[in-house]
Amino acid sequence: MSKKNSEFSVVGKRIPKLDAAQKAMGRAEYIQDIKVPGMLYGRILYSKYASAKIIKIDISKAVALPGVHTVLPGEDVPEKMKMGFYKDNPPIKKDKVCSFRDEVAAVAAINPEIAKKALDLIEIEYEEQIGIFDPEKAMEKDAPLVHEHTKSNVLKLPWNIHYGDVDKGEKESAFVVEDRFTTTGVTHCCMGTSGALALFDATENLTVYTNTQIPSLAQKDFLETLKVLGLKNKRVRVIKPIIGGGFGSKLDTYAYEHVAILLAYKCRKPVKIVFDRVEEFKATSTRQPTVTYIKQGCDKNGKLTFRDIRMVLDNGAYTSWGATTPTVMMMPISSLYRVKNVRYDAKCVYTNNTYSQAMRGYGNPQATFAIESNIDMLAEEAGIDPIEFRRINQNVPNETTPQDFKITTCGLAECINEVEKELKSGTAKEKGVGVGMASLIHVGGGARIYKSDGCGAILKMDDYGKVDIFTGGTDMGQGMDNITAQIVAEELGLSAEDINVVHTDTDICPWDVGAHASRSTFVAGNAALGAAKKVKQKIQEFASKFFDVPAKEIQFKDKLVFVPGDQEKSMPIDKLLRKAHFSQNGTMLMADYFYDPDNESFRKDFKCNLSATYTFGVHGVKVKVDEETGKVEVLDYIAAHDVGQAINPLLLEGQVYGGVLMGLGYALTEEVVQKNGENMNANFRDYKLFTAKDAVNIKAPVFETADEAGPFGAKGIGEPGCVPTAPAVANAVYDAVGVRIKDLPITPEKVLAALKEKNG
Amino acid sequence: MTTNISFILNGVELSYEIKDHWTLSHLLREEMGLIGTKEGCGNGECGACTVIVDKLAVNSCLYLAIEVEGKTVETIEGLSSTEGSLHPIQQSFVDNGGIQCGFCSPGMIMSSKALLDENPDADREEIKHALAGNICRCTGYIQIFESVEAVKGMGGQNE
Repeated sequence: MSKKNSEFSVVGKRIPKLDAAQKAMGRAEYIQDIKVPGMLYGRILYSKYASAKIIKIDISKAVALPGVHTVLPGEDVPEKMKMGFYKDNPPIKKDKVCSFRDEVAAVAAINPEIAKKALDLIEIEYEEQIGIFDPEKAMEKDAPLVHEHTKSNVLKLPWNIHYGDVDKGEKESAFVVEDRFTTTGVTHCCMGTSGALALFDATENLTVYTNTQIPSLAQKDFLETLKVLGLKNKRVRVIKPIIGGGFGSKLDTYAYEHVAILLAYKCRKPVKIVFDRVEEFKATSTRQPTVTYIKQGCDKNGKLTFRDIRMVLDNGAYTSWGATTPTVMMMPISSLYRVKNVRYDAKCVYTNNTYSQAMRGYGNPQATFAIESNIDMLAEEAGIDPIEFRRINQNVPNETTPQDFKITTCGLAECINEVEKELKSGTAKEKGVGVGMASLIHVGGGARIYKSDGCGAILKMDDYGKVDIFTGGTDMGQGMDNITAQIVAEELGLSAEDINVVHTDTDICPWDVGAHASRSTFVAGNAALGAAKKVKQKIQEFASKFFDVPAKEIQFKDKLVFVPGDQEKSMPIDKLLRKAHFSQNGTMLMADYFYDPDNESFRKDFKCNLSATYTFGVHGVKVKVDEETGKVEVLDYIAAHDVGQAINPLLLEGQVYGGVLMGLGYALTEEVVQKNGENMNANFRDYKLFTAKDAVNIKAPVFETADEAGPFGAKGIGEPGCVPTAPAVANAVYDAVGVRIKDLPITPEKVLAALKEKNG
Repeated sequence: MTTNISFILNGVELSYEIKDHWTLSHLLREEMGLIGTKEGCGNGECGACTVIVDKLAVNSCLYLAIEVEGKTVETIEGLSSTEGSLHPIQQSFVDNGGIQCGFCSPGMIMSSKALLDENPDADREEIKHALAGNICRCTGYIQIFESVEAVKGMGGQNE
């Protein structure tokens, strides 16, 4: 595994994304582009209130509209149908709505215009109720209950840890700093909006084309929906067309998917639902808004003595994976820097806001914002340079953290040095200009969130030296396809173009838990490598007889199978493959492999080795703050990561650049503005993404620590780009003008108000 | 109301009966099956639907089909040669990592082409300005800028 880049033929090369040409030509088909004969268009009606009783629903006018095939009110949805792991969310609500996003009816019609018109004809009488929108207020005793059957708005989830002795740690501290930090809901803004197409065949087996990151788990959810409909022993095929971005948004199944199935079943016709942009903003989930109370201490030498964190998460009205993000927040809380005494308690609280979900980083950005902002404050209190402070406490290789994470390779020190070099270069300090940094730890070798963290792969070779690999992994633009192809090509002495990566079709591809936790390179990569090794061994065994040498002497390179040093014993791989089966007692060269990483599930105290390896990184940023307007301008950015081994530096840089800009949006501009639960900025004019005009110079150096567990040494890098971005910026703003913004996003208004307070 | 319009689409003269309220993106995508033009917002905010009308990059979701009467329309499908080879701008986006999920790519490429047709030596600032109306959520834009810069001076040739 300790091969150098120069020894690889395909790994480590900047090979363009395999599907880029068809995307560049406009030939890639997204859910928006798919039509099948007889297809109807579905559309969903949403609530007019954040909290209300549904008194009466009249669908008669909508049903009567020519072109409408069916109208589906909540009462027609089987009672048992509930979405999400907490099973608190029916796809269409019947008696009560708990957020503006609540689905109250759906229609299927012959075209989108008629479907839309039909929604306008559905008459619903509501009785508005008092809503609750602030998660801390929702925890109070007399707060209105979002769901009446629960005794409290606080979800029954066991998110708390205590390792070491925090109180003792605090007593032994020379310096202690505590504060409150908040983060807001931001949203994924996938350029391709959500959508699904459901169709039943003549025997009531179901196919769903859907934008998903979890084909196998979605299949399970849809099978449950069929079961509730009384369709037992049926098959579900999930196909993901090319999708316009994921970023965690597609880690659950949603109402629109289940509603498309219900409508398709009711009409016995294919039904497609595709969101428009306003709907995408209003009816998809946000990152969890958080309130964090943090206290950290250090001794007189700057060594961390304890970390104590209490957090309240706005769950919204229903429960999706967002409510489990504290399990990932535990990672930086217990294991970013060396700190023995750690306590964390998180409460997820129902409110009448839109419900939150997974988003790139899965809780890590929120926790890291509080930790790394507070680390700078503590360093200042202790009178230690913030870079030096981090160096004193940095993680090192081959160490076990208080949560029992076994850190193997760790390039945090190298990343700190690199960022320091960058931040300390340049001219003397200008007025209003400052620098800041923040570090990250993230899972880099999968994460055992489910009982299995596995991924299957099936590999077959054809007569022409080409490979088809059917993987459980999912490509959503991030490059899982290339990583798979490059790994297989490297192992078999082929080029990446020789490898056809087939993914995300449950009829064809093996099982996988999904594209989450930055796991595709590591887990899907190792699955592909395992299958390639098996096929390689079969070819070696076959060629061994042919060349009359021991199998292990046979090597693969440049599409040749050969015995080194013997020019006679060399054959193009395609010729050899043909010989393998065009003979009596022939053999096909195929293999399957299931890779499940050597990581562990949480024990009761949440200790475990969650990931087979961990990714580290340090971000540094230089900002200029306009003291007249409060506007923060990002002048330069460096994001240094320990990636194990870059399988494809071109795509890796793309992940980092994209992650950083998403993180900068989180830090500075992005916020889903909800006023009493109602989304007030459901468009790209008012939801402020960084545009090309605002784009930032980003350097993305990588350190290759060659992790033994990774495919050719690689670790995951999908999420880290957006993890420590916000605290790095907050720290730079403080360095620039001496005000600490503790509430994201760091808007000009907040900076100005803080400056005003500081200057009197 | 329907109207018969004549225009040049990707080098081919044609006439087409349209409904007066159709947008150009509707005509291209839903009526003609030219799905390369993407629609990301339908409100002229994201630029995914960018096509070139008489040398100007426009949001086809806001542009009424009836307005292309007598005009020349270029879409992403018209960029690659009939032999299938990619236009240099398309090739550059492929080679330089300018494409991840790909949903913004056709619009991004059309905006880039309109820029380079007009200003073959556009600098970074001019590229940023020209692409300000095309949102990308995947790339952080850097590799998109690099893609455009790598073909500077070649954009005007629509071979």
